[in-house]
Amino acid sequence: MKAFNVHKGKVAPLHRANIDTDQIVPKQFLKRIERTGFGEFLFYDWRRDQNGQLDPGFPLNHSRHKGASILVTGKNFGCGSSREHAVWALDDFGFRAVIAPSFADIFANNCVKNGVLTIVLSEAEVAQLVERATKHEDYQLTIDLQDCEVRDEHGFSAGFQVDEFTRHCLLNGLDDIGLTLQHEREITAYEAVHPAPVRLVS
Amino acid sequence: MVSEAEGQPPLLYIDLHLIHEVTSPQAFDGLRTAGRKVRRPERTVATVDHNVPTEPRGTPITDAIAAKQIEALQQNCREFGVRLFDIDSADQGIVHVIGPELGFTQPGMTIVCGDSHTSTHGAFGALAFGIGTSEVEHVLATQCLPQRKPKSMLIKVAGELGPGVSAKDLALGIIAKIGTDGATGHVIEYAGQAVRSLSMEGRMTLCNMSIEAGARAGMVAPDETTYAYVKGRRFAPRDWDSAIERWKALPSDANAGYDAVVELDAAQLSPFVTWGTNPGMVVPVSERVPELSAMKTDAERNAARRMFEYMGLEPGKRIEHITVDRVFIGSCTNSRIEDLRAAAKVARGHRVSSKVRAMVVPGSQAVKRAAEKEGLDQVFRDAGFEWRESGCSMCLGMNPDILQPGERCASTSNRNFEGRQGRGGRTHLVSPMMAAAAAIAGHFIDVRNWEFRN
Repeated sequence: MKAFNVHKGKVAPLHRANIDTDQIVPKQFLKRIERTGFGEFLFYDWRRDQNGQLDPGFPLNHSRHKGASILVTGKNFGCGSSREHAVWALDDFGFRAVIAPSFADIFANNCVKNGVLTIVLSEAEVAQLVERATKHEDYQLTIDLQDCEVRDEHGFSAGFQVDEFTRHCLLNGLDDIGLTLQHEREITAYEAVHPAPVRLVS
Repeated sequence: MVSEAEGQPPLLYIDLHLIHEVTSPQAFDGLRTAGRKVRRPERTVATVDHNVPTEPRGTPITDAIAAKQIEALQQNCREFGVRLFDIDSADQGIVHVIGPELGFTQPGMTIVCGDSHTSTHGAFGALAFGIGTSEVEHVLATQCLPQRKPKSMLIKVAGELGPGVSAKDLALGIIAKIGTDGATGHVIEYAGQAVRSLSMEGRMTLCNMSIEAGARAGMVAPDETTYAYVKGRRFAPRDWDSAIERWKALPSDANAGYDAVVELDAAQLSPFVTWGTNPGMVVPVSERVPELSAMKTDAERNAARRMFEYMGLEPGKRIEHITVDRVFIGSCTNSRIEDLRAAAKVARGHRVSSKVRAMVVPGSQAVKRAAEKEGLDQVFRDAGFEWRESGCSMCLGMNPDILQPGERCASTSNRNFEGRQGRGGRTHLVSPMMAAAAAIAGHFIDVRNWEFRN
């Protein structure tokens, strides 16, 4: 997993609530067996018209948001399907963090596994960031995972909460399968007492 | 629980891991890259469901990328020794249909799958939840998952559902009440008389839609209905008496505390129809698409405007005046034998409207066989429905079963998101009875007023 420490980057606003993973990456792109190259499919049906041309009205297509690495969006972001392809698409497109008033559980989990930070701020704080990102050319935020703080150069700053173990993994870019395998002895001991039912084996 | 080390999330042992073609290839690649094995192949079960065509089996898969994904699963199962119910298997079907039907799903188990509708298996009193591909790899490699304990929510449904009101309507009624993120961070326990009275199929429909309320898992305490369903299934426990004894200890204590409690009266529920682009945008069939003035905030009004435009609906339109082009009866929500019986009862002796194309996609080969044995296929065919092979089909349109832009569909699936059933497609979620009635009438109609024929 990619480590996340302090990140400064451009902000793209997409102020809609309940953006589901079907919008983040539509199903026609889930047939690929690779883990890379999903960036071009991000928000595909919103970014592109029926003929595949970019829609200039969609926020991520604005030239001022080109190269953005922080997405600011509405509540319940990532709801619906468990497809990790949604996170792969955000990551491959260049996003290192998503800020929203709330996230769907499976999506937030998938982000952590890929070194993408999800930050929960209040509706009011998110609205403020959206306004600034819309108003200021080249609006940037600094996300500091050491201090758990988001700040800009115009006086905005807000703290955020993150599970301490998740923070530790992100800061150090740890492979959590490796961490679980450190408990090999306990897993084996558990399995000795709880063998697979005969029927599952047969 | 395998371990609870200081400063780390508890490590949860996974009793059953279900996999399918779409969310597993990258996980197997990860194992290969790291030189890891599947730790417990005997606790892992695979099938193909998401992108399999529902044309007669044996028809070549024309989508080369889909075919490659199916081949990847076949290859991975061979290489890592995982049991696969392949496309030509008599037991193939939607992963959340075949798990229970073959008896893999049992009370008290921890069950995961790279699919958000894994919550379905909670109907048996199992802790079952959807995971991403990285977690699929984690479970393949370790048979464990680090998991923080979720919050708990009790949803208690008093009374009985009325005639024409199904488990699907109960699920939609709950989402209407608590919202699509109402249960985020929680595991739901469904209880109360109306839940107790549901069959296992109904309980599966209810638990299936837990994720549509934001909950990763939903469960029903096992009882005699549960035991009767599991008994005699192919992978059910051999030592039945000791299994029953274990399962009887599973229900929550009468005085158990919950982080949240929601109460509903089943008698107040009607057949529901969604009008918007998330499952929370839902009203009784006898009502109308809401007016903008009914929305509380600017954000809600803006979201509703987008939905009206996408769905091609005017505020205030009567639901029964909405015509449909397509009808889909199927999906892990509503494709089991009882769902098909309910739809067939409505369809019997009627004809699908000349303006509607309607299809029935059984959840599994076993459901298909059972339905054919009862003659349900003939009822559907006589009425003008297409009778197809099993798979996820038009629930998410990864196979060739999709809506064309602007087409409107009455669907028994679980998500009405934009483009879910095909780009530009307009989905209204309903119960199997309501879908069959819409196919025949050509528009939504209250199934409580249906003229049943023999």
